Amino acid sequence: MLIWGAPTMLVKDVSPLLRLRDVKIAYGQIQAVKGIDLELHAGELVSLIGANGAGKTTTLNAIAGTLPLAGGALTYCDEDIAALPAHKRLRAGIALVPEGRGIFTRLTVEENLRMGAYSRSDDAEIEADMENVYRMLPRVKERLAQVAGTLSGGEQQMLAIGRALLSRPKLLLLDEPSMGLAPLVVEKIFEVVQTVLKQGMTVLLVEQNATLALEFSQRAYVMDGGKITLSGTGEELLRNPKVREAYLGEAV
Amino acid sequence: MIQTLLQQIINGLVVGSVYAVVALGYTMVYGILGLINFAHGDIVMVGALTALSSILFLQEAIPGLPPVIYFLFGLLVAIPVCMAVGYTMERAAYRRLRNAPRLAPLITAIGVSFLLQTLAMIIWGRSYHSYPQLISTAPLQIFTGVFVTPVQLLTIGLSAALMLALVVLVTRTKLGRAMRATAENHRIAGLMGVDTNRIIALTFIIGSGLAAVAGVMIASNYGVAHYSMGFTPGIKAFTAAVLGGIGNLAGAMVGGVVLGLIEAIGAGYIETWTGGWLNSSYQDIFAFIILGIVLIFRPTGLLGERVADRA
Ligand SMILES: Nc1ncnc2c1ncn2[C@@H]1O[C@H](COP(=O)(O)OP(=O)(O)OP(=O)(O)O)[C@@H](O)[C@H]1O
Ligand SMILES: [Mg+2]
Repeated sequence: MLIWGAPTMLVKDVSPLLRLRDVKIAYGQIQAVKGIDLELHAGELVSLIGANGAGKTTTLNAIAGTLPLAGGALTYCDEDIAALPAHKRLRAGIALVPEGRGIFTRLTVEENLRMGAYSRSDDAEIEADMENVYRMLPRVKERLAQVAGTLSGGEQQMLAIGRALLSRPKLLLLDEPSMGLAPLVVEKIFEVVQTVLKQGMTVLLVEQNATLALEFSQRAYVMDGGKITLSGTGEELLRNPKVREAYLGEAV
Repeated sequence: MIQTLLQQIINGLVVGSVYAVVALGYTMVYGILGLINFAHGDIVMVGALTALSSILFLQEAIPGLPPVIYFLFGLLVAIPVCMAVGYTMERAAYRRLRNAPRLAPLITAIGVSFLLQTLAMIIWGRSYHSYPQLISTAPLQIFTGVFVTPVQLLTIGLSAALMLALVVLVTRTKLGRAMRATAENHRIAGLMGVDTNRIIALTFIIGSGLAAVAGVMIASNYGVAHYSMGFTPGIKAFTAAVLGGIGNLAGAMVGGVVLGLIEAIGAGYIETWTGGWLNSSYQDIFAFIILGIVLIFRPTGLLGERVADRA
């Protein structure tokens, strides 16, 4: 298995790309996220792990703008984005590959990809980026004219990632991209993540597969019951007995 | 015998193409919001009466122009006015009910319908207005005993052109792609950078523009306009949309034409079939009998299957 190569940058005098301060998110009366702090620096791969129902998806959705904050502050590129609707956050460079992939099942594969480039008008560059996506995900290319609802789960996940990349995001949010996929496909997805990081993108990854996520990540946050309970470098958390017991399925 | 049939097919195509154009407005809004916009029929009325007032105004201001100029002027005023009414309706009434229980927007739509009719009654009065016959209604004989009027030809031609334009817009353009994406999932469309509020507003605007043209065509064919004239075509077009499979563009068009043909052919033969017991004023029963039968055997309408996930 690939071990993430880039050294962790420890000194951060530049302000973070994304910062959550005491963020609270609620569904009606139910508070799902109870005041979390989280930071992402440009170029990092950070993962967010935790049990089912911990609030990971809720957090990503709030960053992408499909859920409102119930409290706290959300800044991106030093600007308060809490009031921006999702489509404006996408235009500002935040792309989410949602849990369950969110493919437009009635549109063709190509139309799905073009939806990813909806916010752009640089047609020539879009075509070039489409070609890049085809190179990265050859299986998608073979199925361009197919209705996307007929793709397999793995193909849909590839399509969802390719589609998000077509918006040329600065910050890519991935919500359980490996869910329900065969190991080879998971490996492929992590390869793609590696490629986009090399291109300078910043990635926030939510994963059930904590071992894999921690091995790849520079830093990670552990979430439980709507709170962040632990954070550190990927390696630190991999070695942490509490993490090993709770999330890596080991008896201590 | 064959003449009656041919004649009724022509009449059916005329009525059916208008139903189809109106049905598109119902089906587009349903597709994107899951809302049955009962006020859509009243946009047809607003279109007809706005065109009427503008035509009368221009005839007064600049008399002696060729009739087709007055007609086009009427259309060119009615279309943006209806678009503005459709936009206002969405903005003021439906938008804030987006997440309300389904019944709330439905009742609101009925309220908006009453509101539009009342406003029209205040503006244009309660009387029937005779509609200027700017496009000739003199029958042309195409076969022995089979006639078609220029206004009928124009109705079919204009409707076909509008339907084609809409299909191209929805299936071939970036805007159309965003409309289909929004119809499938507002949230995900937003994540792609689509301003879904704008797309929804545009859907109302486009549907209302189509309804404006339909209103002018209906009034030009029948020679009258009235504040409640939108009700019947509205109900018929809604029926057509359900018949074809609501939410489905092709379905609305097929449903409209099929409904028009059934009605016209039914009207032509009902007296013979019932031995004089019923006459052509009962033509409406055919539409609803056929609708009932179709929905029993195909609950999703004639083309409803197409909206399923796997095409
Ligand atoms: N739409 C909703 N309405 C009400 N409660 C919700 C809603 N979505 C999520 N929740 C609740 O919020 C909490 C956090 O859910 P969330 O989906 O963020 O968890 P998660 O960490 O992504 O879990 P998983 O690993 O299972 O995806 C859960 O208790 C969940 O029941
Ligand atoms: Mg989740």
